[in-house]
Order: sequence, then structure tokens, then C-alpha cells
Amino acid sequence: MAIDLKKTDVVIVGLGAVGGVAALPLARAGLDVIGLEAGSWLSPRDFAPDELRNNFRGWPQSAQKANGEIPTHRPNPSAPYSPRLPIHPMMNAVGGTSLHYWAQSWRLNPWDFKVASETTRRYGVARIPKGSTVEDWPFGLDELEPYYDKVEYEVGISGQAGNIKGVIDKRGNIFEGVRARDYPMPALTGTEFTERMATAARGLGWHPFPGPAAINSVAYDERPACLYHGFCNRGGCHVNAKNSTAVSTIPRALATGRLKVVTQAIVTSVAIEEKSGRVTGVRYLKGGEEYMQPADVVLLAGYTYENVRLLLLSKSKPFPNGLANNAGQVGRHYITHHTAATVAALFPFDLNNWYGLPAQGVAVDNWADDNFDHSGLDFIGGGNLWVYSDRRPIGAASMSTFGKAPTWGSNWKAFVKENADRWNIAYLQKSTLPYEDNVLDLDPVVKDQLGFPVIRITADNKDNERKLGAFIQDKMAQWFMEAGAITVERGPPGTMGPSTHAYGGTRMGDNRETNVVDRFGFAHEVPNLGILGASVMGTSGAHNPTLTAQALAWRTAEHLSSNWKSIAN
Amino acid sequence: MPNHNDRRNARNDLSRRQVFRQVGIAGAAAALSGAAPTVAATQGATEPATTAAAPGLGAAPSLAPRLEALETLTAAEADTLEAIVARLIPTDEHGPGATEARAAHYIDRALTGALRGSRDAYAANLAALDSYAQTTKGAAFAKLPAAEQDAVLTDMEKNIAAGFTPNAAAFFALVRAHTIQGTFCDPYYGGNADFVGWDLIGYPGIRLTVTADEQRMGSKLRPVRQSAYADGAFAMTGAAKKGGGHGHRP
Repeated sequence: MAIDLKKTDVVIVGLGAVGGVAALPLARAGLDVIGLEAGSWLSPRDFAPDELRNNFRGWPQSAQKANGEIPTHRPNPSAPYSPRLPIHPMMNAVGGTSLHYWAQSWRLNPWDFKVASETTRRYGVARIPKGSTVEDWPFGLDELEPYYDKVEYEVGISGQAGNIKGVIDKRGNIFEGVRARDYPMPALTGTEFTERMATAARGLGWHPFPGPAAINSVAYDERPACLYHGFCNRGGCHVNAKNSTAVSTIPRALATGRLKVVTQAIVTSVAIEEKSGRVTGVRYLKGGEEYMQPADVVLLAGYTYENVRLLLLSKSKPFPNGLANNAGQVGRHYITHHTAATVAALFPFDLNNWYGLPAQGVAVDNWADDNFDHSGLDFIGGGNLWVYSDRRPIGAASMSTFGKAPTWGSNWKAFVKENADRWNIAYLQKSTLPYEDNVLDLDPVVKDQLGFPVIRITADNKDNERKLGAFIQDKMAQWFMEAGAITVERGPPGTMGPSTHAYGGTRMGDNRETNVVDRFGFAHEVPNLGILGASVMGTSGAHNPTLTAQALAWRTAEHLSSNWKSIAN
Repeated sequence: MPNHNDRRNARNDLSRRQVFRQVGIAGAAAALSGAAPTVAATQGATEPATTAAAPGLGAAPSLAPRLEALETLTAAEADTLEAIVARLIPTDEHGPGATEARAAHYIDRALTGALRGSRDAYAANLAALDSYAQTTKGAAFAKLPAAEQDAVLTDMEKNIAAGFTPNAAAFFALVRAHTIQGTFCDPYYGGNADFVGWDLIGYPGIRLTVTADEQRMGSKLRPVRQSAYADGAFAMTGAAKKGGGHGHRP
């Protein structure tokens, strides 16, 4: 029997990048919030500069929920399953993956909200790829701008603005949408290598700029500036210069006295009142006991796979196929951000990339989204080019030999000795579309530690994304060569296995037949159930998702507190 | 038991393969130059290496091997693994290799912990490797000359070699990845002994603060040769005083 707890106003499932943001406006509005988190608190002493632990061992210090739930993957229903990832791309802790993410904190570009209509307007409806389920977002960038702004200041983002109130600043991204004001902190410093790349980009007539990051470039919010020590890639910050929600919004929410954090709590289902079809709270396991936490409003704030899984696992008489899934949309419109099709480059000199961080880099958006004319091309969308300083010894020694040496033995050793600091790799985020057959469901065989099915991804890159990938690889190769590379190597297009950039599954939109949540993030079928995270995003854009997911989370939370009576009752 | 933190003999550290065989100076030199050992092994799997070889530690400290328990590999498996890593990253004119880095020691330790999911793969495939070497070359892998060992490893990499699970190429990739980990990891984990891996590729080491000048190309940085756990910031404070624990705190 579950232990019944006292009812609260709002229960948030997951206190990571988005749940940790949403808690703040709710608590400030005077609502009582309980945040259930599968992980526990981690501290700077847990964030050792240890490549093996950070990059190869799935964060042993964190609660191992995610690592027991690694999704399975197959490119399509008749293809064999891909090898299962050894570690989950995400982690569990208060602050979630915002503790160890790369912290690139981009806004989407205006086009990303209007892919369907803008493509139709500019090139004709025939240019929308066959089988794609892409829709315009229910609103444009202008609607989200104030929430981007709030999160940039509350979390703390460094960057160089490119468009303040319509005034273009060439030091920033000239393609970005209008923003009301500058970032709260200047951009992270470049390195001599990234400056060299920027110079090369200008030589090609492109517009390089430093990327935005949830990392302090100067002291901010009583925490110090980044020390550029080189272990930010899947590593937490030993001086709290990375602005995870665990050091930014969550402590502020706790200070209101309205947020209660329950750690080591694994939510197993959302409870339903059958008669009304409303949610009444969540059930969770902690310390071998099962609890029922009643709440007027439930906000799911897990990662994309977790949000979808929890809905599909929460079956009831009114929702026999999973919660909020009577229209059959849960798990649909799934996107794994296409970041394969990399380009690696070999230079004839040392780059000194041993320090720095993946967010310390130089970007080019000339070939992103619809920033260039696609009239004579056979795809839509584009990619962000991103080059950064980030190298540690195991990764360095695992380098490609660019066809110039074998992969082991004395000749390999001689090659790596000379070239370990002479290469760089760009992973290239491409705008990626949803398709009718790229979906998430429950795996019929594979279970987690508790015996619940894990998520099964059935998804692959389609023709549009493959062509786009090859196009962007050419641009990246051109950039590296302009900067003095002696050779480049193009990575394969890859497929769509588990990713840190997983979108969709609970898409947001006005049409309840094709979307799970409405324009404010509440389920069409369950009015007191809100969903936070990139699972509500219908397009990926060509940039990292976290800031957009956080801005949406703030917006959903604000909508809830402003409309409390109609949503909660 | 020898002190894990005792680095007096580190420069002359020999691999466990030599420990088991109790080879003399000539045998050790041959192994370090990449030639096959000339002394037949005594596969005393039930006899801890420390018992047999410990007296040597006191008698000739400058030549004494580091003596440690195998945590999960059998002695025979360890012999084979030592022979593999010695060919993947050989000791040669470019300096020490996986042998001196103690990559096999790293793998043995890791197979009881973070890499335990690979323990069965090692058991099955190290046996398969010896079987394949026996069939095609007439001897166990560790006893083959270097050129023959390389031929066998090439067959594995190209997935020509039969008898492996799931296949030879997959196991080759696994061992290669683990050998690189063991050669270039933080030495706390029992590999990269004496920082030979970091020295090989010119990694300037762990710095908790890095200045803009230190990120310039052409910066000649003084190599920092210290584990992340060498001071109390990220370590168990008890371990910092007493030593011990899981690996080596240089």
C-alpha cells in the first residue's frame, strides 16, 4: 500500500534543467511546490577533473536511474536493433543534466518556429519533405522572447548579442531574432585557435561569433567566473561557474520557503481520477516505500524519454493507451537532433586545445536554418557550424588517424605522439524534421531495474537530413581548410539512437489531434497536467535545446500561476 | 604487501607477466624491447605472485617488480592480456608503452568495477585468442614472437579470426579502447603509471585554473604530473592521509 502524503499545490517530476527552472516562478507566486528528483544533491567536491569518470563511466556519483533506462533503438521496424549505449546521455541529480551538460544556451532562430509556413511561402509546399509531420509552432519567437530573456538573467548566460531591438551587431549572430536587451554577461573568451578559425571564416565572407553559454564569463550571482580548466564536457563545475539549476534557480526557489525537494524519489506513475479524467498526483518509490503525493497540478519535467515513458506507463480506464494519449500522439513527432555527419580536421601544428570547454568556441550561422537561399538545393533547413577548444588525454589518443597510420602498434603510436594536439572535430547541429515513422514507444522486451519497459526509439535520418548533412559537412570542411588544415575527414551520417538532444513525443500545438499539449504546455486531454522539456518542441532548429526548453518551462509555470483557479480546479 | 603508493621502483617497474615468470634481467630487457619472453611460464594460478616474488623486492630494489594481486583475471588471462597491450601500444623508440603504463593492471581492476559488464567477454575471448593462436601459429598468444602476435591481432581487427564472441573485431575494439583508457587515464585508476601516457602525447596535465595565455598556441606549458585525487579537494580525506584505496595516488 502506498503511503498517502499531504496534498500540495504543484508536484514537479524531475528537478533538472526545466523542472528546476519552473519551480522558481511557481514558488515566487506563492504556490506550494514539491519537486521529486530521482537523484540527490551533488557538490563541487563531486566534480573532479577526471576524464574517465566523466566521459566513460556514466557518472557513478549520481543515482543510477537513467543508466537503467537506456532506450533501445532500431532505424525502422524491420531493421535490427542498434547496439545498446553503455551509458545514458543524461544523468540524475538535483539540477539534472544541467550539472554536466556543455551549457551552450542558444535561442532558436525565427525560422525554427515557422518551418512549414515559411518553406511553403518561399519555395512552395512541395519542398516540405514527404512523410514529415512538421507544423508551425503555435506562436513565434516574439512570444517566447520575454521568457528567453528571463531565463538568461535568472540562470545566467554569457554571450554576444547580434540583434538588440533590430539593431544588428556584427560581433554577434547577425541572423538571430530580435532581442530586448543584451546578455547579462559578455561572451566567454576565445582562444588563439578559435580566433584563427574566426579569421578564416571572415576570409570566406561568413559571420563568426562566440556562442552563448550558461557559464559565468565574469562573476555573477555571487559565483565566480569560469576557470577554463577543461573538464566541462560531461563534467560538473568545481567552482560553480556553470549555471546549473542546482546553483541558480533551485536555491532561489528554496529560499521562498515554498519549494520542498524530495531526492531519491523515482516516480512510477501519474494518478488519475477516473470520473473526471484529471490527474490527482503521482506515485513514487523512495527508500523501499511507495508514496502517493497528491497535487492539484502535476508537471512532468523529466527528459524526453522519461516524460513519454511515464505517460505510456500511466494507463487507466479513461486513458487505456497511456495518459493524454487518446489521440495516439504520445511518442510521435520524435526527433533526434542530427549531430552526426561530423567533420574532423588535421592541422600541421599544435592547436593547444588541451584546456577550455565545449562552450568556448566560435560559431557560424550563415548555413543554418533558412539563412541562405535553398532554391537550387534539394533539401530544407541548415546547420550551425561550431568549433571549440576541448581535449583530454583519452579522447586525444582515441583520435582518427586520417588514413595516415594504422590504428595500433608502433606506427600508430608515432602518429598519435605527433598529432594528439593537432586535430579538431566539429559535430554540426542540423535542423531536423519530425516524420510520421520516427516514433517512441515502450520496448516489448527490455526492462529497467524496477521491471518497467524502457523506451524504444524507432527513428532514422531521412533523405532531407542526409542531404543537409552532406551539404553542411562541405561547408565545415571548407572552413577547416581555410584555417590551415591539411586534411579533413567526414563522419558517416549515422542513425538516430539515444541522444542528449531528443525532441518531441509530447508535441505542443493548437490541434489536439496532432499534438499532446496546448500552446501553454498543458495536455489537451488532461487540463491539470503540464509537460516541460524539449519533448514539447516540434522542431529542433540548428542549436542546442536547453535554453528553449527552459524558456518554455518558465512560460508554462507563469501561465499556471496566472490561471491557477481555472487550471487547478 | 607492497605499498601501492611506493614509487621508489617505478622506473624499473615490470609487468605482471614478468612477475609470474620470475624472469631475470635478460628476460625483462627482451620483453621491454618487444621481443617475446624466452622463459617459459609457470602457471601457478593458485599461488599468489607476491609469495614467490616478494623476497626479490628487498634483495634487489632497483630491479624489483611492483607486486599486486590480480583482482579478477586469472594468471593465464593476465599473461595473454599483457601480451596484447604490449603490441597495441608497444615499448619502442618513441618511449614507454602500454606495458609501462600498466594498462593491463588498469583493466584487471576495472573489470571488478566499472567495466564488470565486460568480464565475461574477456574470459571468453582471451581463451578464444589463445585457441586461435594455437591453431594458426602453434603456440599460446603470449608465447608467440612479436611479429606472429601482430599477425594474430591483425586477423582479429579484420574480423578474420574465428571463435570470438560476438566476433573478433568487436573484442579487438573493446581491448583497444580499454588499453587506451589504461594508458592515458588518471593514474588513480591504476594505469598511466608514471604518467607515461600523458608524456607520450604531450598532455600538459590537470590544471584547475587555466589562463588565457595558457590557451595560446605554442604555449610551452610545464607538465603538471599529478592525479586529480592527489590533494583533498576531490578525494576521500581519509585516503589522502593513509594511502591505499583502489589504485595509486602519485
